[in-house]
Amino acid sequence: MEYHKPQSFQEATEIASRNNGVTRFLAGGTDVLVQLRSDILTPDTLIDMKYISGVKDILENSDGWQIGVAVSGAEMSEHQKLSKEWPGVIEAMDLIGSTQVQGRATLTGNLCNGSPAADSVPSLIAAGAHVSITGPSGTRKIKVEDVPISPGKTCLRKGEVISAIHLPRRKHNQGDAYLRFIPRTEMDIAVVGCAVNLELHDEIITKARVSLGAVAPTALLLENAAQKIIGSKLDNQALKLLSEEASKACNPINDKRGTIEFRTHVAGVLAKRTAKIAYERAKENR
Amino acid sequence: MSKIHVNTTINGDHLEFLCDPRETLLDALRDRLNLTGAKEGCGTGDCGACSVTLDNRLVCSCLVLGAEADGKSIGTVEGISKGEELHPLQQKFIEHAALQCGICTPGILVATKALLEKNPDPTETEVRYWLAGNLCRCTGYDKIIKAVMDTARDLREAS
Repeated sequence: MEYHKPQSFQEATEIASRNNGVTRFLAGGTDVLVQLRSDILTPDTLIDMKYISGVKDILENSDGWQIGVAVSGAEMSEHQKLSKEWPGVIEAMDLIGSTQVQGRATLTGNLCNGSPAADSVPSLIAAGAHVSITGPSGTRKIKVEDVPISPGKTCLRKGEVISAIHLPRRKHNQGDAYLRFIPRTEMDIAVVGCAVNLELHDEIITKARVSLGAVAPTALLLENAAQKIIGSKLDNQALKLLSEEASKACNPINDKRGTIEFRTHVAGVLAKRTAKIAYERAKENR
Repeated sequence: MSKIHVNTTINGDHLEFLCDPRETLLDALRDRLNLTGAKEGCGTGDCGACSVTLDNRLVCSCLVLGAEADGKSIGTVEGISKGEELHPLQQKFIEHAALQCGICTPGILVATKALLEKNPDPTETEVRYWLAGNLCRCTGYDKIIKAVMDTARDLREAS
């Protein structure tokens, strides 16, 4: 295994493009090193992204927030303004692993690992987040929901690497939330995860994004479910319709964490609960 | 395969070592630097027995490459006491019998020291959540939590 420490995304892309065999990018290493250690996957080329300038930065700009690819979960949670503006994204990231894992794990890594149960991914999708991808032919920007294509697989092509995550600018009367179901209180993988991001006008929902994790091969953006609550004050009828649409969108597997039936049911319940929290946060965010 | 030359600071001392690119920081500490305080429990970041600080951030050294220590500052359990004089946490762990087999203890000491530096007055719940990534199969955790709460109280009164 070759270990590289590029100084720029351009250089990282060049190394990844010219090497055949398995290439992995290293940021926090909480997935890559587990796979390496358990002999699931040994890369031929390992490219450490942490020596590229800016990868540890959380920047606020006119479009919103730019989160560097090596920013850890702990660093995100400690950022007061980001935590205040995007509590759903922060709580989703914060649910991943222990204190030790939080010291290293990154949003970008959680996305690129491609797990359908990744906690931060529904929260990013609901937030309307984008990623910048740097590759041999330059940089492109795509929506987070377009990154994962199947369990463990992303749309990134050979030589391409995510170079930043972008969260939109937060406005008043907006709020987001993330909830997951696990059989215990900590340190587990989502059986179902749900993220909701809302915008209100006079307490009426004008914009909504709803996303589910762990109920399909990739995290889902539920446009139909969002339509059911737009125009409402999140009354019981709207919540019921939201819940039904969330369950309807599920296409889960049976595994040791939960059955198809259970996941489908829980998705509906979580959608209601998450929407209520996002709604309260949006009301408070004047 | 050529080895990687790593320059690092461990418990305040400047050290150099050579390691294989695949080698973890845990292996480098134990096998190359003879710092055997950090233990390998699971090797996959689940048990916390290999906890160290990396630039003052608590991490599992089994999930850090030795090569990543280059230019960084590492803190291990060996750096907690002042020579023969035990750190108050170590003293309290003995008083409260907060260890039995001892495999998890170095990781828990490193983790709790990091907690108390960040938050000198944690609630019991905060201690339990902070230590959720440090598994102990002997004590049932209660004695550990009591030792940590007691140390925190003493350190606050002393400061």
